[in-house]
Amino acid sequence: MDKSIFTFIEKCVACKGCEIACAIEHSQSKSLFGAVSEKPSPKSRVHVETAAAFSYPARCQHCQDAACIAACPMGAMTRHPDTNAVYVEASKCVGCWMCVMVCPFGGVSADPDAKKAVKCDYCPDRTALGLDPACVSACPTKAMIFATPEEMASLRRRETAMSTSGSGPANATGVGDAWRTQQRGV
Amino acid sequence: MNANVKSKLVQIPIVEVALLKIASDKGIQTGRDRLAAMKPQCGFGELGTCCRICYMGPCRIDPFGNGPKQGICGLTPDSMVARNLVRETTGGAASHVGHARHLLLTLRDALDGKAPYAIQGEDRALALAKIFEVPTEGRDVRDVCRDLVNIALKDFGRQDNEPNGWLTKRAPKPEQEMWKKLGLMYSNPHNEIETAMHASSMGNDADTVSQMMRILKLALVDGWSGLTLCTDIQDILFGTPQVTTVESSIGVLEANSVNIAAHGHNPVLSEKILEWAIKLEGEAIAAGADNINLVGVCCTGNELGMRHGVKLAAHNSQTELILATGAVDAMVVDIQCIWPQLAQVAKCFDTAFITTDEMVHIPDAQHIAFEPEHADENAAEIVRVAIAAFVKRKGKPVDIPQIKSTAIVGLSVEAIVGILSKVDANDPLKAVIDNVANGNILGFAGIVGCSSIKFRDGAMTEEMVKSLLARNVLVVTSGCTAHICAQDGLLTSEATNRYCGDGLKAVLTALGHAAGLNGPLPPVWHMGSCVDNSRIVDLLAAVAGRLGVKVGQLPAVGSAPELVQEKAMSIGGSFLCMGTSVHVAPAPRMLGSPLVTKILTEDLAGITGAVMHVECDPHKAADWMVAEITKKRVALGL
Repeated sequence: MDKSIFTFIEKCVACKGCEIACAIEHSQSKSLFGAVSEKPSPKSRVHVETAAAFSYPARCQHCQDAACIAACPMGAMTRHPDTNAVYVEASKCVGCWMCVMVCPFGGVSADPDAKKAVKCDYCPDRTALGLDPACVSACPTKAMIFATPEEMASLRRRETAMSTSGSGPANATGVGDAWRTQQRGV
Repeated sequence: MNANVKSKLVQIPIVEVALLKIASDKGIQTGRDRLAAMKPQCGFGELGTCCRICYMGPCRIDPFGNGPKQGICGLTPDSMVARNLVRETTGGAASHVGHARHLLLTLRDALDGKAPYAIQGEDRALALAKIFEVPTEGRDVRDVCRDLVNIALKDFGRQDNEPNGWLTKRAPKPEQEMWKKLGLMYSNPHNEIETAMHASSMGNDADTVSQMMRILKLALVDGWSGLTLCTDIQDILFGTPQVTTVESSIGVLEANSVNIAAHGHNPVLSEKILEWAIKLEGEAIAAGADNINLVGVCCTGNELGMRHGVKLAAHNSQTELILATGAVDAMVVDIQCIWPQLAQVAKCFDTAFITTDEMVHIPDAQHIAFEPEHADENAAEIVRVAIAAFVKRKGKPVDIPQIKSTAIVGLSVEAIVGILSKVDANDPLKAVIDNVANGNILGFAGIVGCSSIKFRDGAMTEEMVKSLLARNVLVVTSGCTAHICAQDGLLTSEATNRYCGDGLKAVLTALGHAAGLNGPLPPVWHMGSCVDNSRIVDLLAAVAGRLGVKVGQLPAVGSAPELVQEKAMSIGGSFLCMGTSVHVAPAPRMLGSPLVTKILTEDLAGITGAVMHVECDPHKAADWMVAEITKKRVALGL
């Protein structure tokens, strides 16, 4: 299957590096110092949310049976034939926000400048070069990976096997665990 | 790999190509590896919009305006950026002021017979005595020095809010008038550092303009109670540098010598290491070495090179790389710019990595406390540790790339005036001024500061300097930038013939002959260590004084092309205070604030007459510097 972004929620330290990297990748200049002065300002497609003791880079999950595609009356919400990514064809979007309403992950936002739906597109310019999406590359704790569901499942199986055999923790979070225990009492 | 990346790769300085290969072959991780692992670097940090000053935070401003627009306390991004810059500048000023105070106490102890240092710079002491109106007639120079020390120390104890003595006596008068009007004159440097830390803590100064003026004030503190005071006292203790030729680059290490690398900033340590390296050479030879080969690294290297002709081995970003040769028997360090990683690389070999300052303890280093009152015993112990390390190393293979260049160093203001006096003894500066007027010299660029692994692979400094020389801009340099220029062969007569425009070449050739050199003066003048940026200001002030204009009116510009240390921020600020515009790369952490960015890059022109300019491309940076110089020439009617 095609690659998706998978998150290790326990590794997220809420630095918001993914948000900045996403906005830069979707800017005109594709550089931090250029992007900060662009009008309209570039929009991040990923949003770090808190969930009890955890934080989490929330974005579109590119669902295989995507509610947003079904809900879009204009046919603007589309699946890319090559990458399988769900993306917005901006020229067709009328800003009815049906997609915003039906997405259970809050993965679609309303761009206040363009008045169009805006969401994760898996960074087609980067993936065409064989690079990971910008948020994945930017994450300093490697809280996200760009992998197929098979690879992800295999990784989880191996971690659990290691854990139950006593060879190591299920989720080797190291500093992150200690930090969370100290700061959030979890 | 695209063409752009390729063209950048071929510009990696050859010394670093050789050293990186050695490190890579030996499996030694370098700063470049750690930089790659660190990328992308935090955008909030780069923009200056992360505030960690109180525990309601950390607060970060969304640079794209879609998230938080203020800190939890209500601090604006402008004020957040300014607050962080206040602290950076304070860090820089504290470093140089601390260095200066240490020198003053050493000189005081030397005068009291408590520390074994002679007064090697009597001329300098007498020249300063004249400036400070200290009587010299029929007096022992040591008593004159004692008066100078007391004048300087009085500034550090001032609670009367009277203007600082070193500032008022040493700084040019027209600029002082400007600083008075702007409220920048300071009294006790320590009070300013304390106030800046206080004002930038939670719940204090939140007015961006007020904060920016404090940054200028701290930069002024650095300029006169840091840089200038350091240079003045170092010249009294160790003598004013004169022109000398040294060898430079990694090839100065010798396989069968006891190689001691002195690294850091304070010659109070390295001068004694040199003395004892000479005294204990017999022990080294008895241990099977050819000799003791002391080499200089970073700014203490510049200090030793220009006063004693000690070879220059490496600039800051090469410090871990020279250890990868396995040929350094001891690296002895004092203060500032000492990477903790050095102790880890040293552990791979028989290298002794020795820290000496109470303020600089590093895990896995050998600490030999160096106290000026026990300087001889401490220095002898350090040299003997190096000899013992050599004995362990002897016979093992080392990798010393045979890359060397020569460099003409030690162009203190006094040395420059000495050379110019041979053209016109009554009016030494006339030769320079006439050639600026007729356009042979377009203007001056002070290219100073650090060496950054972010820019080394593109040879940022070298490219910029060559671009300026071709357009007849005379370059003066100091600090690690001076090492970069030395390694690239820019501090030589040949460089004048190779890189300079016709006008500059003609002037330097004539001056070289007048000075009795066998060729032209070098096109890049090595004026010393990073504290010796004071010499550049002194030189500009002398030229401005001779012309009867303000320093800011001169066709001169500054640049820190590879900014690393906070010290470069306060040094850059001190140039801005003089009215001299400054180029810098990378961008200071200001771009998260449109207001701070505008103040520094535009509005400052209406305050001190100078602006800051950010540009990471060496050729575009040189273009801006030439344009800035040209603007000043036009204003002067040239």
